[in-house]
Amino acid sequence: MFKKILIANRGEIAVRVIRACREMGIIPVAVYSDADCAALHVRHASEAYSIGASSALESYLNIEKIIAVARLSGADALHPGYGFLSENADFAEACANAGIKFIGPSPESIRIMGSKTGARQEMEKNGVPCVPGTSQALPSFEEATRIAEDVGYPVMLKAAAGGGGKGMRLVREPRELRMALEAAQSESQRAFNDGSVYIEKAIVNPRHIEIQVLADEHGNTIHLGERECSIQRRHQKVLEESPSPFVDTSLRKQMGEVAVQAASAVGYTNAGTVEFLVNQDKNFYFLEMNTRLQVEHPVTELVTGFDLVQMQIRIAAGERLPIRQEDVHFRGHAMECRIYAEDPDNHYFPSPGKITLLQEPAGPGVRLDTGVYEGWTVPSDYDPLLAKLTAYGESREQVVTRLLRALDETFVGGIQTNIELFRRILNDASFRDGQIDTGFLDRVMASGPVGTNHEHSDIAALAAGLFTALNGTSMRDSITRNPVDATGSESRWKQAARIESLQCHTSNDLQN
Amino acid sequence: MIFKINIGDTTYRMKVERAGPEWRCELDGQFIQVQAHLVRRDVMTLITNGKTYEIKRDQLGNQVRIWIENVPYAVELSDPRSLASRSRNRGTSGTSKLLASMPGKILRVLATEMEQVEAGQALVVVEAMKMQNEIKSPSKGVVRQLVPEGTYVNAGDVLAIVE
Repeated sequence: MFKKILIANRGEIAVRVIRACREMGIIPVAVYSDADCAALHVRHASEAYSIGASSALESYLNIEKIIAVARLSGADALHPGYGFLSENADFAEACANAGIKFIGPSPESIRIMGSKTGARQEMEKNGVPCVPGTSQALPSFEEATRIAEDVGYPVMLKAAAGGGGKGMRLVREPRELRMALEAAQSESQRAFNDGSVYIEKAIVNPRHIEIQVLADEHGNTIHLGERECSIQRRHQKVLEESPSPFVDTSLRKQMGEVAVQAASAVGYTNAGTVEFLVNQDKNFYFLEMNTRLQVEHPVTELVTGFDLVQMQIRIAAGERLPIRQEDVHFRGHAMECRIYAEDPDNHYFPSPGKITLLQEPAGPGVRLDTGVYEGWTVPSDYDPLLAKLTAYGESREQVVTRLLRALDETFVGGIQTNIELFRRILNDASFRDGQIDTGFLDRVMASGPVGTNHEHSDIAALAAGLFTALNGTSMRDSITRNPVDATGSESRWKQAARIESLQCHTSNDLQN
Repeated sequence: MIFKINIGDTTYRMKVERAGPEWRCELDGQFIQVQAHLVRRDVMTLITNGKTYEIKRDQLGNQVRIWIENVPYAVELSDPRSLASRSRNRGTSGTSKLLASMPGKILRVLATEMEQVEAGQALVVVEAMKMQNEIKSPSKGVVRQLVPEGTYVNAGDVLAIVE
């Protein structure tokens, strides 16, 4: 087993990996940018090394620096987390060249699955169902027109090197094609430095369902069931659950087998996720494979009982999978909310800043994976994910009420978060019914913010006054004890004015 | 202590004094006896009439929010007798820029370009986090560079200039 693992990531996922290391007696090593020198993952780690300026390009995306630090620390393995360099084949290769075990698949597997067209070709060759379309980059507008006619409108244009919804365009009818193609090409050129775009038939209101796979380095591959990820905004997941209310035992078995087949086809090792689009008739199509740990892995951990990060580490250390497919049993229901520092009613505008007050949920069936703490300033340089709140229970119904209860216990002050959005989702009748697809969230948002009931205005007024009254006494004490005042350099008048202004502006009490 | 408290369109007048372990409050002429304790900074437990509330307070930009049962109330609190609020009401001369304190949408524009306005007169209504906030003129003067209705603004954007 490894003695020391460097975690090439930040935030909640770095904390998650550190926890696995601790439980396994492995020394966790953190890396941090300037913005992150007091981040939670640094506080949890045993060792921490600076890797540069706050900009991700200069720090968490800087292969050279991370490898240098890994060498310096004497780490024998590296966990990439998700995002940043986790799906970068060159990085996996650089680790291997430095004699550091990359906890993930081989650079070759990452490369094949990293190219959407390459992955499609490989999947088609191996009999994995793909969405009708091309597996080649479009050479011209004329060719695009021909293929679009062929598969039938609506079609989806996608960046070959894409991800995160960038370089994607839905084309409903032929006259939209030219502009959409140009937009998709220039967008993917800017985002991925590769303007190749291909065409797929657009599946109308599909569900996004993915299968977790695990493969050891001895040729054993299993799946751990599905995760329903249809609640998305701009192709980014917001809430995930397992099992999917749409997937029955036979569909799960079918999709699981195809996922294992897809992974085996590229000689996949370690943890990975095969994403499918599923239409209303329960036909499923390969979308892509994520060659890393997923953000939403906790829901699978809760319903299967396996620790995916520990399994990743064991697989990377050369151990065999301790279980066979028939040993995987699913129990209960799990659902995860991704709590972001952003404003859902204002175009999901990010809201970085200092967390002045933080109250975390607890109690039965509640798991919180957080990367922040009270007093921490959420930097504007990275993805604004603060924490993942996951609930577990015997049924979907119980999990929904449990999450609502846990959300009520959660408070993040000083910044805007999307917590209210989850109340809207979880209280929605269609959602409760399991009637969800990738268009669900846009429909909920289009119906506008729910009218807030301000029935407690009078209590709020009372509280505003009482906060000041209760603070007033302590505030006055703290000022008279202030050494600056003790020198007598300030007049009594100034002092009185300051006390007065502190008393009358609630806002001043909060500055800190 | 006496306060003037604005929540939305409502203005409350509140008088509060300690009465043993309780607080005796007078809210718009109505007497209310409450138990109130600061559990920690910005968290208060308030009990009145057998009903209990855990109340939080935070600040977004320069907007103070009081949270009750997960609903935020934007509050403005002043002591009508205080020096600071008196001078604020009297108005100052010179140029002042009104800046957005947080990202939001301009819901309504209540003044017109080059209009003569009084200190405290509402100029625009900004909607952010489902709350509508009236942005008032800090001084008497002429309005310029008013932001158009429907604009999405970021924190720090100029909403208007009063000269």
